[in-house]
Amino acid sequence: MNLAIINFGSGNLHSVHKAFENVNSELSNPYNIVVTNDPKEIQSADKIVLPGVGAFGDCKNAIFKIEGLHASLEVSVLKNKVPFMGICVGMQLLADLSHEFGTHSGFGWIPGEVRRIASPKEYKIPHMGWNEIRFSDHKLFDGCEQGSDFYFVHSFYFQNQKSEHSIATTKYPDQITAAVCKENICGTQFHPEKSHINGKRIIHNFLEWRP
Amino acid sequence: MLKKRIIPCLDVDNGRVVKGVNFIDLVDAGDPVEQAIIYNAEGADELCFLDITASSDNRDTLLEVVKKTAENCFIPLTVGGGVRSLDDISRLLHFGADKVSINTAAVDNIDLVAEAANKYGSSTIVIAVDAKQTAENQWKVFTHGGRNETDIDVVTYCNEVAKLGAGEILLTSMDRDGTKSGFDNKLLKAVTSKVNIPVIASGGVGNLNHLLDGILEGEASALLAASIFHFGEYSIGEVKRYLADNNIPVRI
Repeated sequence: MNLAIINFGSGNLHSVHKAFENVNSELSNPYNIVVTNDPKEIQSADKIVLPGVGAFGDCKNAIFKIEGLHASLEVSVLKNKVPFMGICVGMQLLADLSHEFGTHSGFGWIPGEVRRIASPKEYKIPHMGWNEIRFSDHKLFDGCEQGSDFYFVHSFYFQNQKSEHSIATTKYPDQITAAVCKENICGTQFHPEKSHINGKRIIHNFLEWRP
Repeated sequence: MLKKRIIPCLDVDNGRVVKGVNFIDLVDAGDPVEQAIIYNAEGADELCFLDITASSDNRDTLLEVVKKTAENCFIPLTVGGGVRSLDDISRLLHFGADKVSINTAAVDNIDLVAEAANKYGSSTIVIAVDAKQTAENQWKVFTHGGRNETDIDVVTYCNEVAKLGAGEILLTSMDRDGTKSGFDNKLLKAVTSKVNIPVIASGGVGNLNHLLDGILEGEASALLAASIFHFGEYSIGEVKRYLADNNIPVRI
C-alpha cells in the first residue's frame, strides 16, 4: 500500500512527512510513504495527502506548473475514489474559489468559497495557535474528545456551501470550518502534523479510513 | 477559545544548549533535542531555538538539531539566529523548522520580509524585534543581538513588518532581558494595541506573576521564556495551571 504526499514545494512538506512517518511506523501494516510530484506515482497511490501553506494563488499555481499533477489527482481522487486529505491551504484548494489576494478558482471538489476571517480588532489575524474544535461523528475524529485543541495558522477560511461538508468547527470569534469531508475527500484547516497527540490521532484515523 | 501559548526558548551554540536544563531524566544536559523532547512532553505549545553560534561556518550543526527535533516533536518549531536570506529560510524549513525568525536582516533590508512572506507564507515568518526604551513611551529597534542602536521606532517598525506580511512578532525588551523583573508591559501594550498580528512577549520573566501580567497588561498572544524553565524553577505544567487558575485560556 502506497501513500503519496504531494510535493509542490510547500513549506510544511517536511513536517507533514515526518508526522505521517511517525504514526505510520506504529501501524501493524504500515504504508510505503512517498513524497512525490510524479503523476505516475500519484495514480498508483492508495492514499493521497496534500499539504499547503502560504497564499492560495501561489499554491495553486505551483501545483498547476507541474505537468500532469492536477490531472492525475483528479483521476485518482474523483474517478478512482482514492482517500484524500488536504491540510490547511491543501484543504482550502478543494473549494470552488478563494478571495485571497484577488479571486482564484480552486479544484471545485467541495462546494464553497475561501474568505478572509472577519473578526473584531482585538482578534489578531492570522488566527494562530491552539483552538478547540467541535466535530460531528466521523472516522477522522475517532478517539478524540469534543473540545480538544488543535494548532491553527490561517487568515482565510473555507465557507462551505453545504453544511454537511463541514465535519468540524472552531470559533474565532465566529464559527469557522475546521475540517471538511465529502465522500473520499477530507481536509483539515488545522495542522494535524503540529497538533501533538491529538494531531497524531487524526493522522492515524486517516491512515485507517476506508470511505 | 484561542489559547495563550507558552513557548520555551533554547539558546543553541555550536549545536549545544548554552543554559542547560537540570532535568533528572536528562542524559546529556547540553543536547537541545533531548530538552526539546521533554518540553514537548510537558505540554509546551511551541518550541523556539535561537542559534547564537558566532561563526557561520558552524551553523550547519544547528540543522542537524532542527532535523532531529522535528522528527520527535510534533508541535510548531521556530528557529532564529543569523537568518540573512531566503536561502537560509529555505534550508531551515527543509530541515524541519515550521517558522523562521528574522531579526537584523529584516532591519537591514525590509524587502526581505515581503519576499519571505510571499514565498513561504506569512505563517512561516516571525520578525524578531529587540527593543530598548530611549524616552518615556518610546522604544527604538536594536540590532546585532542588541549591540547596535538604530533610530527606528519600534511601534512604527512592527506595523510596517505586519503590513509586509510578517505572521507574528517576537518582541524582546533589551532593558528587561535577563533581569527577571518582568516583561516590559508598557512596550508590549504599545505594540499589541497598534499591530494586528500576534505578538510574543520576551525578556524579563522571573516568576509566574510576570507571565500573567504579560497577558493581562501587555496583551501578548504568547509568552516566551528561557531561564525559568531551564533552571527548573517552574515546569510548563505549573505555568499553565497558574494561568488557568487566573482565568487565562491555556492548553492543558
